[in-house]
Amino acid sequence: MELEAVKLLAGAIALLPLIGVGIGLGMIFASYNEAVGRNPNAAELLDKKYFLAFALTEALAIFALLISLYLVFVG
Amino acid sequence: MANPIHQFEITPIVPLEIAGIDISYTNSALWMTIAVVLSTVFLTMAMRQKAVVPNRMQAFAEMLYGFVAGMIRENIGTKGRQYFPLIFTLFVVVLLGNMLGMLPYSFTYTSHIWVTAALAFFIFLIVMVIGFYKHGFHFFSLFVPPGVPMWLLPLIIPIEIMSFLIRPVTLSVRLFANMIAGHIMLKVFAGFSVGMFAAGGYMTLAGIGPMLFNSVLIGFEFLIAFLQAYVFAILSCIYLKDTVEIAH
Repeated sequence: MELEAVKLLAGAIALLPLIGVGIGLGMIFASYNEAVGRNPNAAELLDKKYFLAFALTEALAIFALLISLYLVFVG
Repeated sequence: MANPIHQFEITPIVPLEIAGIDISYTNSALWMTIAVVLSTVFLTMAMRQKAVVPNRMQAFAEMLYGFVAGMIRENIGTKGRQYFPLIFTLFVVVLLGNMLGMLPYSFTYTSHIWVTAALAFFIFLIVMVIGFYKHGFHFFSLFVPPGVPMWLLPLIIPIEIMSFLIRPVTLSVRLFANMIAGHIMLKVFAGFSVGMFAAGGYMTLAGIGPMLFNSVLIGFEFLIAFLQAYVFAILSCIYLKDTVEIAH
């Protein structure tokens, strides 16, 4: 294969963690909504934990994106 | 189309070199200065009157104070009050870095790994120094979680040590990567619009699509800018908690 093609392919493979991040974020949103639906009074307590979990999970996707960008544009 | 990475380029404003070391006053340093001046002027101006019924500026300063104080109380406990100046400064520096970066033609100094890594390693060193100062060699019990069966320890301890050592890396990479990725995304979508407008004809109309989507993304980016500052501060709190109390 040509080098350019391999680079693009590597960039694509490096984005595979997005599958897991997508599932994880879905679970966070789902359980947050379910918890608040069952007990609306807990919303204030859960908000902070929910945002922290969201940011930590999303950061993984950003790591993958960064590695992908590096492979395609720099490497 | 303009290069989306171009916005992160550091350019010297006042070239300066001492003993072969380049210490030029760059655009990064300029925006850091703006952040320092802005936060200092705002906080002194807001708290000058010290009214019982606060005006708008004082109310905002008190809100900021209460937010960080609540974060420390929830995550470290009452003993964490001694760390308030540190956490407050970190939070304001990162928040202003992220928020000032949202201004057009500005420079996001938190989008550089050296800036975030310096902050993160500073916290790491503080945790180490205060931890050993307060607890001595008992600080190593951090690597032995309570209630773990004996035969699991050879597996758990290396994992705990690894996760301790990787903290400054993840803390700094999380912030800088979020800023980089967000700003690149904005630039790429803006580039779509520019390209479509330049094509003319029907494409001019279609070019409004990416522009509208970009407006949504900017709102999202403001959320991320705040959220990352919050996460940076809260993780510093969680790490500093180890210096306050150690499960014996």
